[in-house]
Amino acid sequence: MKRKNHNNRQVELPNFCHLGVNLRIALTVEAVMVAGVVARAPDAPAFWAEFIALSALAQPALLLTLLALCAAGRWLRGLSYGQGVGFTLALVVVVPVLAALWLSPLLAGVQTVPLIGVAMLAFLIGAGLLAYFNLRSRALSPAITEARLQALQARIRPHFLFNSLNAVLSLVRSDPRRAERALENMADLFRALMGDARQLTPLEDEVALTRAYLELEQLRLGDRLQVAWHTNKMPGDALIPPLVIQPLVENAVYHGIEPQPEGGEISLNIYRSADKVHIVVRNPIAPEAGHHKGNRIALDNIRERLLLHFDLDAQLKLEPLGAVYQVHIVIPYTRERTQPASARPHRR
Amino acid sequence: MNAPNLPLRVLIVDDEAPARHRLRDVLADCADELPVDIVSETDNGLDALDQVQQQPVDVVLLDIRMPGMDGLECAAHLNRLSSPPAIIFSTAYDAYACQAFDLNAVDYLLKPVRADRLVRALSRAHRLNATALDQLREAHPKARTHLSVNEKGRIVLIPLADILYLKAELKYVTVRTAAREFLIEESLTRLEGEFGEAFLRIHRNCLVANARIREIGKLPGEDDGHFLRLDGLDERLMVSRRQYTALREKIRAF
Repeated sequence: MKRKNHNNRQVELPNFCHLGVNLRIALTVEAVMVAGVVARAPDAPAFWAEFIALSALAQPALLLTLLALCAAGRWLRGLSYGQGVGFTLALVVVVPVLAALWLSPLLAGVQTVPLIGVAMLAFLIGAGLLAYFNLRSRALSPAITEARLQALQARIRPHFLFNSLNAVLSLVRSDPRRAERALENMADLFRALMGDARQLTPLEDEVALTRAYLELEQLRLGDRLQVAWHTNKMPGDALIPPLVIQPLVENAVYHGIEPQPEGGEISLNIYRSADKVHIVVRNPIAPEAGHHKGNRIALDNIRERLLLHFDLDAQLKLEPLGAVYQVHIVIPYTRERTQPASARPHRR
Repeated sequence: MNAPNLPLRVLIVDDEAPARHRLRDVLADCADELPVDIVSETDNGLDALDQVQQQPVDVVLLDIRMPGMDGLECAAHLNRLSSPPAIIFSTAYDAYACQAFDLNAVDYLLKPVRADRLVRALSRAHRLNATALDQLREAHPKARTHLSVNEKGRIVLIPLADILYLKAELKYVTVRTAAREFLIEESLTRLEGEFGEAFLRIHRNCLVANARIREIGKLPGEDDGHFLRLDGLDERLMVSRRQYTALREKIRAF
């Protein structure tokens, strides 16, 4: 039986390749070292001498352990949580001990920690950190749910809903086929809005959703809304949090196109560069920038969800470039993990 | 309003083509109940002002949220006519505006519009009174794109970008453009509140357009007397001692 928290979400090992996770581990190890040395050193010069001596052993050991964890991460996370914890702790103890064995001839003469001490310390720090990551992932899950609820409220713009319904009504008699298509697009949009924000979704699904949304807007705005898609280098299989692109584009329409009588062009540029996926949305800046608050809320919302999903590995940058406003999102490129179908409920 | 047996002359104003189309459909549906003559339709407030002056219009169906001149501003200008048409606002969603409409007994329609609601609104449509309109605009604070005056029964619009200065005198405010000046019945304080970003106060009775300031100079002979000159205008405007320091700071910040 796998352990589950109250959201029915499995507690997982952290992704050891992530910058945020590595940063937390490194800071904890440094803090423990400083604390240990402070406890032993009688004065400041002795503190520095001891700290340097200890660092000569601890830093390489830390680095090797992080590399080993990152390399084994995928395999460890595939195991059950209990097994994963066991093997992680084994790695955390074995790698520093091996490092100490290997380094001891180089560090002869400098006072070092005995092997059993290295093993004990590594085990305690490892166990402590695993407990911390476990607590953290439990603490964050309700936040994801909450962020999702908040996101929902912010995202269905009543103005958009009623205007779209009005546009569909105007088509029912004159062009029933377009009306049908518009209602299908609305159905897709609302299905996504009411979906599970905790599951990642393939980039191509999110792009299809954004296209459905833009088709609805085009119905209302006609030629005023021009869209330029640059997606030939898009990795369609990349996983991203749902509803990241669509709200950005909705913002672009609301703030950049609707206030301008002559309209304008929205450009979307989605590409992969090394192990990152870049999403760039540009819209013209309307001369009367009256309603900034709504904009901020939507962007904060996306930023928060990126943080919850990717910690420090994702970025959202806002760049006013003269007459154009640009939002640039960078997220790590991940693909669907190959897992037995039963292990995880499948996305829509 | 015209005689009851004649069809009601209606102008439709909405920036979205499907919304105008829908209103036409619904008006056609209730033609038996309420004969209506759609005199014209347009997608912007400026054009609506023109249309109303070119032909008699009984009721304007006016969308609130439009790019450029919005519905509330358009209504304010329309109200300068000696016999303005009745106005029915329409909006897809706007909690604050609707509250203000209810409070001031202003006619409005929620989109998508239902036939029975439309008939009811049209059959009792009435002119907006000036106080109600002021209160609506306060509930929906957005600077106008134009000022307007009624000259010989016609509405003359003064684009905000053309204005050099606004000067209070007795009952009126003089609006100066490069070409000429106009008198409007508004208070300088309220104008400053509305257009405070584009205008600077240089004297108790004078606001000047930021973008038009050409030079600030010292008056010869006096201790603290300063004047200001604007692009496209030879006239020297007095800067009061109180405003001078603040003005210098602001100009440096540009």
